[in-house]
Amino acid sequence: MRTITYEEIKNTVAELCIKSCNHLGEDVFQKLKSSVHTEKSPVGVDILKQLVKNALIAAADEIPICQDCGLAVVFAEVGQDVHIEGSFTDAVNDGVIQGYADGYLRKSTCTVLARENYGNNAPAILHTKLVPGENIKLTVAPKGGGAENMSALKMFPPAAGRTGIIDFVVETVCQAGPNPCPPIVLGIGLGGNFEMAPLLAKEALLLEIGEKNDDPTFAAMEEEILNRCNRLGIGPGGLGGSTTVLAVHIKDAPCHIASLPCAVNINCHAARHRTKVI
Amino acid sequence: MSEVILTPPLKDADLKKLRIGDTVYITGTIYTARDAAHKRLCDLLAEGGELPFELKGQIIYYAGPAPAKPGAVIGSIGPTSSYRMDAYAPMLMAKAGLKGMIGKGKRNEAVKAAIAKHCAVYFGATGGAAALLSKRVKQAEVILYPELGPEAVRRLQVENFPVTVINDVYGGDLYEEALKAYQEI
Repeated sequence: MRTITYEEIKNTVAELCIKSCNHLGEDVFQKLKSSVHTEKSPVGVDILKQLVKNALIAAADEIPICQDCGLAVVFAEVGQDVHIEGSFTDAVNDGVIQGYADGYLRKSTCTVLARENYGNNAPAILHTKLVPGENIKLTVAPKGGGAENMSALKMFPPAAGRTGIIDFVVETVCQAGPNPCPPIVLGIGLGGNFEMAPLLAKEALLLEIGEKNDDPTFAAMEEEILNRCNRLGIGPGGLGGSTTVLAVHIKDAPCHIASLPCAVNINCHAARHRTKVI
Repeated sequence: MSEVILTPPLKDADLKKLRIGDTVYITGTIYTARDAAHKRLCDLLAEGGELPFELKGQIIYYAGPAPAKPGAVIGSIGPTSSYRMDAYAPMLMAKAGLKGMIGKGKRNEAVKAAIAKHCAVYFGATGGAAALLSKRVKQAEVILYPELGPEAVRRLQVENFPVTVINDVYGGDLYEEALKAYQEI
């Protein structure tokens, strides 16, 4: 049994909020840089160069990559031999409040119909898993509204199969067009049920850019989706080109014999997440 | 495709010269407003009221900035998705004389028709290039609805603020044309 304090959890979440908003992950940054050399459209190349420059300015000035610092999505893997002093959920939410205040990050949480801004970006969207061990692994993945709004869920019948899924993903990207700030990253959740598929899709966005699925069947689907999407012509900023999707990641889970759930979570090029183990 | 420098208030003659794909550098005053501010402004117009600030010939930037760090003019400020303002934009063009909008992403047919009818323009700024774009903002002040936080209406002084013409007065749509040029299916 190991004790982890409320303060340590709060401070770690705060630090991860600021780092994830201000510093683009190295994997995304390198992918944007390498895409400059493969993009077919001159305007697209210019947009990609702007995005590289933008990431450099944000890191140097310690300001957000994007003004939309998102809802604070927090994934926590809590070791079952950890004793937490105080309320874990409160510690995470207080960490979000501290991080968004100290980091001069935009606060975007509001009430659902009256649209009143809470002014502190709390509460976090918190997903907690109990795992073996005596550590807590915390991941903060700020998620902007533009790309989230273009995401989709479909409860397919099993007959839809591989082709139905791939067509649905490509159609979702096609419909989104310039709106979600391409080049985008696709997290795809296959299986589970109505609430699990989107969570799998969100978790898929935490994988390193270009990481291939261990299962060759899913890896081949990722590649086919990537290639088809990049032939749509949407391009960087939606101004035309061959760099529409930077990476496609599939996560799967067992599902009901009657169902084939498919969730597509779109992430903008500011694909942000930071992890720390305490 | 050409490069143009524009300063609001925008004149019909300037707007008629713009074509989709043109790069425009805006220098001068622009205003930020998002969903919540648009709703309030349009509610005022619908009730027959006057807007609290002059929009005739002006440009609205669909943006809600991050807070300014101490010593900075403004925080990161990139465009938000424009389709959310589609419900309000035609009224602002028709009743308040709004001439320009800056955002990102597609507009609906009603907005495109209003742009042609009222001689206006829809510009795209690079979505997500918020830190970069913040360097073109030289002054910023909240002028309306401070309680909306990031959604408050701000008056910005910008210098060489880079945008691209997405929808022009001739009904052109850069997103549609660009897609046709690069799709391989």
